[in-house]
Amino acid sequence: MSPSPQFRALVFSLLLAMNPSVQADYIFNMTPGVTEISRGIHNLHMVIFWICVAIGLVVFSVMFYAIIWHRKSRGAKAANFHENTLVEIIWTLIPFSILTMMAIPAAQLLIKMHDTKTDSDLSIKIVGHQWYWEYEYLGEGVRVISRLSTPQEQIQNRDIKNPHYLREVDNHLVVPQKKKIRFLTTANDVIHSWWVPALGVKKDAIPGFINEAWAKIEEPGIYRGQCAELCGVLHGFMPIVIEVKTEAEYQTWLLEKKALMNNHPTIGHTP
Amino acid sequence: MSTIPIEVQDHNPHHSAPPGIKRWLLTTNHKDIGTLYLWFSLLMFLLGGSMAMGIRAELFKPGLQFFEPHFFNQLTTMHGLIMIFGAVMPAFVGLANWMLPIMIGAPDMALPRMNNWSFWILPFAFTLLISTLFMKGGAPDFGWTAYAPLSTTYGPKSTDFFIFSIHLMGISSIMGAINIIATILNLRAPSMTLMKMPIFVWTWLITAFLLIAVMPILAGAVTMMLMDRNFGTSFFNAAGGGDPVMYQHIFWFFGHPEVYIMILPSFGIMSEIIPTFSRKRLFGYPSMVYATCSIAFLSFLVWAHHMFTTGMPVIGEIYFMLATMLIAVPTGVKIFNWVATMFRGSLSFETPMLFAVAFLIMFTMGGFSGLMLAIVPADFQYHDTYFVVAHFHYVLVPGAIFGIMAAVYYWLPKWTGHYYSEHLSKVHFWLSAISINVLFFPMHFLGLAGMPRRIPDYALEFADFNRIASIGGFVFGASQLIFLYIIIKTIRGGEKAPALVWEGANGLEWTLSSPPPYHSFSTPPLVP
Repeated sequence: MSPSPQFRALVFSLLLAMNPSVQADYIFNMTPGVTEISRGIHNLHMVIFWICVAIGLVVFSVMFYAIIWHRKSRGAKAANFHENTLVEIIWTLIPFSILTMMAIPAAQLLIKMHDTKTDSDLSIKIVGHQWYWEYEYLGEGVRVISRLSTPQEQIQNRDIKNPHYLREVDNHLVVPQKKKIRFLTTANDVIHSWWVPALGVKKDAIPGFINEAWAKIEEPGIYRGQCAELCGVLHGFMPIVIEVKTEAEYQTWLLEKKALMNNHPTIGHTP
Repeated sequence: MSTIPIEVQDHNPHHSAPPGIKRWLLTTNHKDIGTLYLWFSLLMFLLGGSMAMGIRAELFKPGLQFFEPHFFNQLTTMHGLIMIFGAVMPAFVGLANWMLPIMIGAPDMALPRMNNWSFWILPFAFTLLISTLFMKGGAPDFGWTAYAPLSTTYGPKSTDFFIFSIHLMGISSIMGAINIIATILNLRAPSMTLMKMPIFVWTWLITAFLLIAVMPILAGAVTMMLMDRNFGTSFFNAAGGGDPVMYQHIFWFFGHPEVYIMILPSFGIMSEIIPTFSRKRLFGYPSMVYATCSIAFLSFLVWAHHMFTTGMPVIGEIYFMLATMLIAVPTGVKIFNWVATMFRGSLSFETPMLFAVAFLIMFTMGGFSGLMLAIVPADFQYHDTYFVVAHFHYVLVPGAIFGIMAAVYYWLPKWTGHYYSEHLSKVHFWLSAISINVLFFPMHFLGLAGMPRRIPDYALEFADFNRIASIGGFVFGASQLIFLYIIIKTIRGGEKAPALVWEGANGLEWTLSSPPPYHSFSTPPLVP
């Protein structure tokens, strides 16, 4: 029996999936991101991952040893043991202590992430709407409305898709590099969630609530994310694009934006 | 003209069921009701599964192919509700109905008339729920979690039907649970003490308490939703002084024990099947019982780990992280005990055992991703992504559902009197076990790369793994038709099964003929 073409295609795509060098688009892991916090998260993620791999290796090795060697077809006779209190205590205590050790660095990082009170350089209020984001630079009088800019033709498969399909917006959220930015999230209608993986920030935007998060971004560049909480029909179509500039470039941008807003006070308001 | 003489006749082992549709409509027989539950569950599994096929077809490549986003959201919502309340929970109640009385040496369930009612509510509840797909404005489209205010102020008109169908399912579950507790506590054969009960009976006893504790909480949550929608209250409306986050707290106070409602009976099934095919007693019976009790207890204390991104105080987040990690300990104990049961046994790999081993491996993998999700800072990256989708499908499909399939293969010869085709069932197993990993494993990568859940269309960097997952999904879906075929074929005929279907099996159910008489254990048996 020779394998069918579908089967071959399946095997081939599996092999592809196992070899990251074949196709650049296969992303297997979380990216470390561009802030101290996001790197901390990535480290925790990798540590807990390897702990799981290690436990898995031990448990599955014992299991497969039994599966291979203790088969009836090999003439294995069943032993009679069925209880051992000491063993039970040991395999309760070992996972318990591993987990406790894991909880300590996690709690430390968590406390750092919650520190939105000290030394923030600027605050940006983020308002989730069905289905776009609104950014207000507190104390600057600057407001940015940020909507998906991917054309409908591409979504409906009538046109070739852009490289940043569904992750592109008309107006970027512009922020300065190496400044502690405080994000205040809330929402106008239903619950949204503001998520930029490279920043290690995901915070729900909830009507009637103001949530806090912060980021200090080291590298200038463009980082992309999207709404993470189901918020209705176009939930999949409200991306986030954050553009990190150097301090000088940011100040120039801010001045331009302020001038524009003074001349046209309606710009940036919800239509 | 009282019914007493008829009941007396019931002691005749040759007494059979009334003919025709009346047998099923009016039945108070635990075996018939169990059969009804199991068929209903299979029907819902295929229906919910075909919705999943629709979801995977839409996600096969970027762009909108088959469905508009609005209908896609209805599909994900209905898929979740149908699989949880229609497929997994009724399957376990069906298994409980069939097996608990004959495992504890009882003549029937303690409350047979209520038993009939708790099943027959379900078809109505699901007709109500599924009918919303054909309503103007569409079916519920806010996910099975129904977060306010998306489900209240912004929900479609059909949300009220969803609420009432949840109420009906809740009534059915509560009655089922009361019946199970009453049966286990009152109708055991005299010499069967609690610590002699089969573990499947133990896990169901604990599950039933969980059900009674949390189904009313869900009923309360959806009732508040109903009030907010129709009677001007503001439980979850911030503009009226309410609190949308409170909905999530109430929902997950139900939702987390619900997770264990869907896995504890599977744990029980594993504890029956693994010793049978290892030809060795279950290792650490008492610690298995205590571990199940601690899992059930802890399940009430961890609900907010579903809500880390809602902005809890740091101390709350640390508490819920620690409590969640703690659940891994008794769960680990169970895994270790099963492995120790297999170790130095005399193993054979008939289909139930194959499903059991697949359960052990893949449920453990789902447990690992659960452990990762407990780490709050990392959860901020995982939350609401495909990593979570991968996690809960690993514990629910190769967990709960493989447990159910293992149970069906294990007890099908007992129920029908025929062995199933070992060859076909192995084809079913291997196709399912391989395709399920092709389907769900790449979802871990998608989530880590940043793909949120519940979206009908996605950025191009997610295209490749979505395609692989969809292929796996189609193969898995198609393989379940083999399962259906095997079941029908086995009912119709096959090699005759003796009372003791599996040579290594222990327990009262194997002392009865296969199939067992319509009424069994009219006099309590002796437990060795």
